[in-house]
Amino acid sequence: MCLAIPAKVITVDGASALVTIEDVEYRASLLLLDDVHPGDFVMLHAGFAIEKVDADEAAETLRLLNEIADNSHQ
Amino acid sequence: MKLPITVINRSAVQYIDEYRKKDLILALSAELKKISSKEITLMEVCGGHTMAIHRFGLLSLLPANIRLLSGPGCPVCVSSQHFLDTAIAYSKIPGTIITTYGDLIRVPGSNGSLEKEKANGHDIRIIYSTLEAVDLARENPDKKIVFLGIGFETTAPATAASIVEAAKAGLNNFFVLSAHKVMPPVMKALVEEGVKIDGFIAPGHVSAITGTEIYNDLAMKYGLGVVVAGFEPVDLMQAILMLVRQFESGRPAVEVQYQRVVQGGGNKIARELLSRVFEPKDDRWRGLGMIPLSGLKIRDEFAEFDAERHFNIHVPESSEPKGCICGSILRGLKTPADCGLFASRCTPADPVGACMVSGEGTCATYYKYRS
Ligand code: SF4
Repeated sequence: MCLAIPAKVITVDGASALVTIEDVEYRASLLLLDDVHPGDFVMLHAGFAIEKVDADEAAETLRLLNEIADNSHQ
Repeated sequence: MKLPITVINRSAVQYIDEYRKKDLILALSAELKKISSKEITLMEVCGGHTMAIHRFGLLSLLPANIRLLSGPGCPVCVSSQHFLDTAIAYSKIPGTIITTYGDLIRVPGSNGSLEKEKANGHDIRIIYSTLEAVDLARENPDKKIVFLGIGFETTAPATAASIVEAAKAGLNNFFVLSAHKVMPPVMKALVEEGVKIDGFIAPGHVSAITGTEIYNDLAMKYGLGVVVAGFEPVDLMQAILMLVRQFESGRPAVEVQYQRVVQGGGNKIARELLSRVFEPKDDRWRGLGMIPLSGLKIRDEFAEFDAERHFNIHVPESSEPKGCICGSILRGLKTPADCGLFASRCTPADPVGACMVSGEGTCATYYKYRS
């Protein structure tokens, strides 16, 4: 039930945003998150955006993982 | 010009696809087999983690010395029978509309379920967002709308937000029956009870709200590793690797694997809203009993939205279904295979206990992915 899914913000309209997950549109309340802009990814949970997805951190994690993968091939 | 559908899909599942890559999963599996030498038992607290571990078949990728236990992190499963009986009692009051997240309506109470009451003609509605319940209250001033608040720190802020919105709108017909719970006390309770755990795979979305500070005690006082993990297979394998590294080097700590979503301090707005609307209370967990300060109660300032104070209906204490060992499973002491009713008397279509109802309940997960 603590499921949250990354959703892409299309438009922001006051305290709510239009977001898409795999091309399906949803309304996300922004009552729990501010500073949200079109193009951001947010974690959508029960109709609320609960946190942003940090693109830099995501890239860093993937870099680390690829390093492990490369090492294990050697 | 038509875009090929696969291209659209590619961009649409960003932040999911990358964490399901087979080569990464296998590389992490190989690394684990290389560095893990000692027997280690890890508990995945969150039902969403249990589900992902089984769905992606991760157990078969771990060396035999790593054991995973499922924990008490399925809100539907840990909500007490008493809470359900109370909800069922409210549903019978003329003029009330019960609103709830989906899974709960199938959980058997002492006598019947919300689903049965719905079939009997009582007004029980499944909603997706708490704000729908507030809208219902606005549109139906002659009805009393009760929202059944279940869930951990991830979900409770949405309930808090609905109460604040109802207050702003001046509504006097919106109520919450809160069974909201918080994670740290139950994790500590399990350790103190003596369940053998060497480290926790900590819930990613709870931590997105709370931050990681809530786990410091587990690492410092109890010497356990805690790694906050995401919900994709690569996330979980990496979190297990991080825990094993800590364990092998004898240095337990609180670490975050789910860096892309979890910030150390959590979500400040959500945390403030939570403590504005709720205060901690001792709370009952199915199968685990009373745990001090493990639940959330609506503060006096918002008392008029508290269903318990408004309706003043008390249902008798109840016992758990006969033969169901859900409680021991939630404590990581037993697995569904140890239950005589599993997959015979108790199935997702006709559940005996709550662990079989919720999609992320341990029994339902084992049933779905049983080999
Ligand atoms: S299989 Fe059913 S009866 Fe047995 S522990 Fe799980 S929920 Fe309870």
